[in-house]
Amino acid sequence: MIAPDSTAALVTPSRRQASFGRRLLRRPAAVTALVVLAVIVFVTFAAGWLAPYDPLANDLAASLQGPSAQHLLGTDQLGRDVLSRLMYGGQPSVTASLVVVVVALLVSIPVGVVSGFVGGRFDQICMRIVDLAQSLPVMVIILVVLAVVGEQFLLAYTALGLLMVAPVVRNVRGSAIAVRHELFVDAARASGVRPLVIVFRHIVPRTTGPILVQATIVASMSLLFTAGLAYLGFGVQPPNPSWGSMVAEAATVLRANPWMLVASGGLLGVTIACFSIIGDTIRDLSVEAWAQPVRQRRRGARRTARTPQAADTSVDVLQVKGLSIAYGGRGAVFDVDLTVPAGTVLGIVGESGSGKTTVARAILGLLRGSGEVSGGEILFRGTDLLTLTDRELRRLRGTGIAYISQEPMVALDPTRRIGTTLSDSVRLHRGSPRPEARRRALELLRLVQIADPERVMKLYPHQISGGMAQRVSIARALVADPALLIADEPTTALDVTVQAEILDLLRDLRERLGMSIVIVTHDWGVVADLCDSAVVMRHGRVVEEGPFEQLFYQPQHEYTASLINRARELAELPTERVVS
Amino acid sequence: MTGGAPVAHMVIASGAVVGRVAITDDVGCEERREDSPERPSGAAMLRLALTRLAWAIPLLLAASMITFVLVALAPGDAARTILGPYAPQAQVDALRETLGLNEPWYVQYAAWLASALQGDLGSSLLTSQPVTDLIVNRLPVTLALAVGATIVCALVGVALGTFSATRGRIGSGLVDFVAVLGIAVPNFWIGIVLVAVFAVWLGVLPATGYVPISNSVPLWARSLVLPVVTLAIGGVTLIAKQTRDAMRETLGRDFIDSLRADGWSEGRIVWRHGLRNAAIPIVTGIGVFFTGLLGGTVLVENVFAMPGLGGAAVGAAVGHDLPLIQGIALTYCVIVVIVNLIVDLLYAGLDPKARIAR
Repeated sequence: MIAPDSTAALVTPSRRQASFGRRLLRRPAAVTALVVLAVIVFVTFAAGWLAPYDPLANDLAASLQGPSAQHLLGTDQLGRDVLSRLMYGGQPSVTASLVVVVVALLVSIPVGVVSGFVGGRFDQICMRIVDLAQSLPVMVIILVVLAVVGEQFLLAYTALGLLMVAPVVRNVRGSAIAVRHELFVDAARASGVRPLVIVFRHIVPRTTGPILVQATIVASMSLLFTAGLAYLGFGVQPPNPSWGSMVAEAATVLRANPWMLVASGGLLGVTIACFSIIGDTIRDLSVEAWAQPVRQRRRGARRTARTPQAADTSVDVLQVKGLSIAYGGRGAVFDVDLTVPAGTVLGIVGESGSGKTTVARAILGLLRGSGEVSGGEILFRGTDLLTLTDRELRRLRGTGIAYISQEPMVALDPTRRIGTTLSDSVRLHRGSPRPEARRRALELLRLVQIADPERVMKLYPHQISGGMAQRVSIARALVADPALLIADEPTTALDVTVQAEILDLLRDLRERLGMSIVIVTHDWGVVADLCDSAVVMRHGRVVEEGPFEQLFYQPQHEYTASLINRARELAELPTERVVS
Repeated sequence: MTGGAPVAHMVIASGAVVGRVAITDDVGCEERREDSPERPSGAAMLRLALTRLAWAIPLLLAASMITFVLVALAPGDAARTILGPYAPQAQVDALRETLGLNEPWYVQYAAWLASALQGDLGSSLLTSQPVTDLIVNRLPVTLALAVGATIVCALVGVALGTFSATRGRIGSGLVDFVAVLGIAVPNFWIGIVLVAVFAVWLGVLPATGYVPISNSVPLWARSLVLPVVTLAIGGVTLIAKQTRDAMRETLGRDFIDSLRADGWSEGRIVWRHGLRNAAIPIVTGIGVFFTGLLGGTVLVENVFAMPGLGGAAVGAAVGHDLPLIQGIALTYCVIVVIVNLIVDLLYAGLDPKARIAR
């Protein structure tokens, strides 16, 4: 029945709903919290039978005692038993919170569901009011209410419930919108099911999760607020106890008996913490599938104490030998060999999931998530990159090996102007002073054939097109004249005509700068256009390698042949068009 | 934390951040490509400010109307509530006349609004002191508390959150744990505990009271330490959480990888590029959180016997001093409006996309 959820966008698919209750019970923290809450509520309402003393019975002889066998939590200044007072004091505290929660949910759920489901004018007006209500300082408004209504605390608690409606409405509405756009709702609507039926049959059950999360938040907040009000003297009047007023009493006898403060505040804290834990768990359960920590793990697998050899330009720029990579212990790339002679372009071709991007990122030492190199060597100009320290590797990035990524639009810091990004990079790699760096940045923009570099320097990434962004990325890669450029699907995200331009640019740069390029792609057109040789990858292994012509016209492996045939079928190969 | 950070917690947890972005959208942060080159920054910012101010008017009207509407709606006679059950009826009737309670609420409101616009918020029923004077006297205390706590929260929270975003599981678990505590423990209780430890036990800081800044700056600062810390403790964990989530999201983005590939150090990437981008949601969060924190001053001022607006508000509620509570509530709302405006301008300053005019 329960579809846990925390935010608007996330609505769990229905097949996960059945197991939700069980999954909640598998979380020890949540179970503990539920049990503790149940005990507190039970003891509170069974105080009449369970409490060892009359909460109002004075015993001045036993005033302000610490915990003892007679008084488990000690006594207050009138010698009243603190434990018994806490038990009885729970009644007004819990009841007040209950009023707040019930009012808040009764109003917010229908408004939120309808607002999200109906949309339009009604929704707009609701959201305006919600915005407004969220800008009100709740505590102050409650004091206004109390000033007017006096001792009628039930009215004040109702008002408090109303003040908590806004954020819940926002949340429920979000979930309702998410569900509204799902196919089965459209289908139901198209087949003429009445809106009210859709709301009750589809929308309400699917928003139960977010509502539960919100309910726990409202519950903990109403406990805090009502306790705060009780602390200020609004609520059950002395000598009757409530949790909040007991904190106030404890404050007056701080010096004589600090224990009383610990007991009263602690109970309040534990109760509220239980609600928080339950709410957090429900939220976690609903997002755990995709909320993985983004954590860049460094490769530390093979840090043998080999000294980096002196750079040797005569050997191949890049040589990868027997490279294996695993994600969290599961192999992803196996025993891959690559060779890139100076000034040549190597293509790594394969379908998605073949491990080609993983290999490219491993060369830079930028494996994602739990990725780790489990074996092999990556020799850059004769130096095994896997033996370098983080610092040495970092120094090599950008200067020796540069990188351009698949999605040019998100490869640039959105808060910095193009000019700043480029000059920063120049200053990092060249140590140039600012004006010099700026001049160099302009030069680079011209080098990548940007027509109006002065203007582009002033723009932010969101103001330029994808093709332009990729040119800027390439310009950044060229800052320090790297010997090797790794391009991960550099044209995939671009329009066809722009793709051709970028490929032209890369070819031109390679000829002019004598740079080696490793290009990761699934597109044989790109290979045909740019590459001297290529490797074909499948399931993390190299299935075939060789000069481009050989691979293309005489594939030895049937997988290569099938890839090329499929590419031929899909289009008259863009090869024809681009090859010059 | 009652009345303080929990509101912010609820608000943040419930995605008010999204709401704010939506509002800014109305104002004009439409994404543009090459066709809108140089930004007309100054004009756009001014426009943004004016739009937000216009948006604040309904809030202020609602806040100022609330007392009048409540008096009209609430069961029973406000004058009777004020004077208590034993006052003679003649006296109650006289008070009704003085307060104008015999008029319909909107007539009362119009009269109040007319003089409020001239800076006259009426006089306290209890002390006959002009409400405006009282507010002007007490405002600096509340502002010092709220602004101080916000600064502490922002600095400590952002540092903690960034730390936990980059240190994986342990830091993250720690923040989660502290956040549960921060939300669970009422701020009036934390205040009393701090008094117990630092004033009663260690004797290093004053337990209660406030020294005006004009008397002595060091003593003023000393008198603020405990209340500000009390007010900040809950918020720190909220901002830390918000920062951690924003930082994680940012550090998972492609441009961060591109910076790594360009050879930048991890520290520079996190603190310069990561934080700058994560700052956009964080600032929004701080703005929302401030509203809750302001409410929290009511309790904290009470715990530390600070002569601020919160203390006066409690007194006014107890004494049913309608003109006073009315004026105070309005003042709080004005502060919220101003802070929201600052947040929006900051937001526009941080996010280039929000700066482009339509």
